[in-house]
Amino acid sequence: MDSSAPSAANPIPAAVQIAAPMSSVRKRRALLTNLTGYLFISPWLIAFLVFTVIPIIASLYLSFTNYDILSAPVFSGFANYERMFFKDPRYWKAVSSTLFYVFTAIPLRLIFALLVAMLLNNSYRMTPVFRAAFYAPSIIGGSIAVAVMWREIFGKAGLVNFILAMIGIPPTSWLGNPSTAIWTLILLAVWQFGSPMLIFLAGLKQIPTELYEASSIDGAGPISKFFLITLPLLSPVIFFNLVMQTISGFLVFTQAFIITGGSPLDTTLFYALYLYRRAFETFEMGYASAMAWALLLIVGIFTAISFKFSDTWVFYEHKEG
Amino acid sequence: MATTSADSPMMVFLRKRSTRDTLLYYVFATLVGFVMIYPILWLFASSLKGPGEIWTNTSSLIPKNLAFNNYVEGWAGFGGITFATFFTNSFFYATLATVFSVAASVLVAYGFARVKFVGRGFWFTCMILTLMLPAQVQIIPQYIFFSKIGWVNSYLPLLIPRLGGQAFFIFMIMQFIRGIPRELDEAAEMDGCSKVGIFFRIILPLIQPAMITAAIFAFYWTWEDFLTPVIYLNNPKLYTVSLALRSFADPSSATNWGAIFAMSSLSLVPVFVIFIFFQRYLVQGIATTGLKG
Repeated sequence: MDSSAPSAANPIPAAVQIAAPMSSVRKRRALLTNLTGYLFISPWLIAFLVFTVIPIIASLYLSFTNYDILSAPVFSGFANYERMFFKDPRYWKAVSSTLFYVFTAIPLRLIFALLVAMLLNNSYRMTPVFRAAFYAPSIIGGSIAVAVMWREIFGKAGLVNFILAMIGIPPTSWLGNPSTAIWTLILLAVWQFGSPMLIFLAGLKQIPTELYEASSIDGAGPISKFFLITLPLLSPVIFFNLVMQTISGFLVFTQAFIITGGSPLDTTLFYALYLYRRAFETFEMGYASAMAWALLLIVGIFTAISFKFSDTWVFYEHKEG
Repeated sequence: MATTSADSPMMVFLRKRSTRDTLLYYVFATLVGFVMIYPILWLFASSLKGPGEIWTNTSSLIPKNLAFNNYVEGWAGFGGITFATFFTNSFFYATLATVFSVAASVLVAYGFARVKFVGRGFWFTCMILTLMLPAQVQIIPQYIFFSKIGWVNSYLPLLIPRLGGQAFFIFMIMQFIRGIPRELDEAAEMDGCSKVGIFFRIILPLIQPAMITAAIFAFYWTWEDFLTPVIYLNNPKLYTVSLALRSFADPSSATNWGAIFAMSSLSLVPVFVIFIFFQRYLVQGIATTGLKG
């Protein structure tokens, strides 16, 4: 990997190069390049080792212990994992509510993002303004202010019930009803389709116009163009969005923490929220570490499966020009 | 970003630009846009409504009487600590974290993009993998470590890890550096410029747009960060705006909703101000990183 660098940049003309002194110059250059490289990446490298690698190993160890921070960790074998998988129904509640959230909120968000990106893929003068309006919810979406706002919008005396009352529909306890509470969080997630929308928009602009023109001549309508041109050519972008958005979906925390607090009946007790409670409210660090490792495996398996199946539907165009 | 030739079926349909199509587009986009920003407008409107109006004239975006007093009452905060403290804390945290993240990310990005050192591919793969790593796996041991060395209830556990940069920004800046012609580096190298010299004289001046994009995101994510502060900061004097809002709007004790909405609105002001002035950088940043990922 490093061999090409010195030769490519070697300022000494070939005729002057003499074998013996050259090799030592080369070695010195290679050493210098390596030193420079590691010097530049050292901030990340040190932080990676100290704040990522060591903690991951430590959490694997902790997952086999009982640990409340105050007293020393006590080795307990697979007890935490046994409890998690076989004795803790709340854990499975957390898994199933998270999966439900991920597999409804993320596809809905991406469908909206794609539809709106197609709507905005034009050159009307006001389009940048619309784009900003559609993107605005996403930049504030993670904030506590928006979470508090959402809670009050769906509160008993809140905005939604107020509007429903105007058209004669009786108020509902959106956050208190086990079948609706999770949907308020899904709606909040769908509302923030801005980032994938911008990525789709950039992808749409790269699709060559000629393809659409050629298919028009062949008599293709808008729907067949969408399925035969837009969707296949956009598939790498869809894949990227799908993987990154799904991973972030698995980690949803703040919104559930503020808006529903996991209730009612643990229907919105998302994985990250339950893990937080075990770690920082009841200080079961060993159990929470086991949950964290199971989450790592879930996310890892999901990512591996997505990559595995990606070549069946993701279409990579051959580079041209 | 806006413009020209790209055609989706929707575009082909709209391209005829008959008055009817234009009108249809504007009406539809305005309607959807209004639904999108209505909740935000509602929050700002509610922050200016009097106590009798918030839950009775709920859906209206125009307060009958402007109750600026909500902002005064909200600013007074709770437990003898005003929102001046919380905003100062948040600005302190967000500014330092942004400077640390961006400065480190720029250095690391240059190292990965332009210096061919042994092990580069391996470390780069590690860095990309951290993008997919759930933070939950690191949080618990990090907390234990920081609490053992007595850093809980300080900003050190929030700021020190930022000195390593952030994978997302490193990757984004790398993409940007890759777009700079290598001939520039090579010419400078011919003239005897070292890799360090190339970084400061050639790369750094050219990557300012990417740095601005990274800085905006870093600021946003720190400003809105909740998980890290809630774990490490228990002393109300150290609360960020996010933590303060959580306590201030606690449903079991909250009564003054005007004040709560006022402080919630105020907490979003820095975000929107940056958005209005730097929208171009945000849009480009998301588009390039996303596409080349």
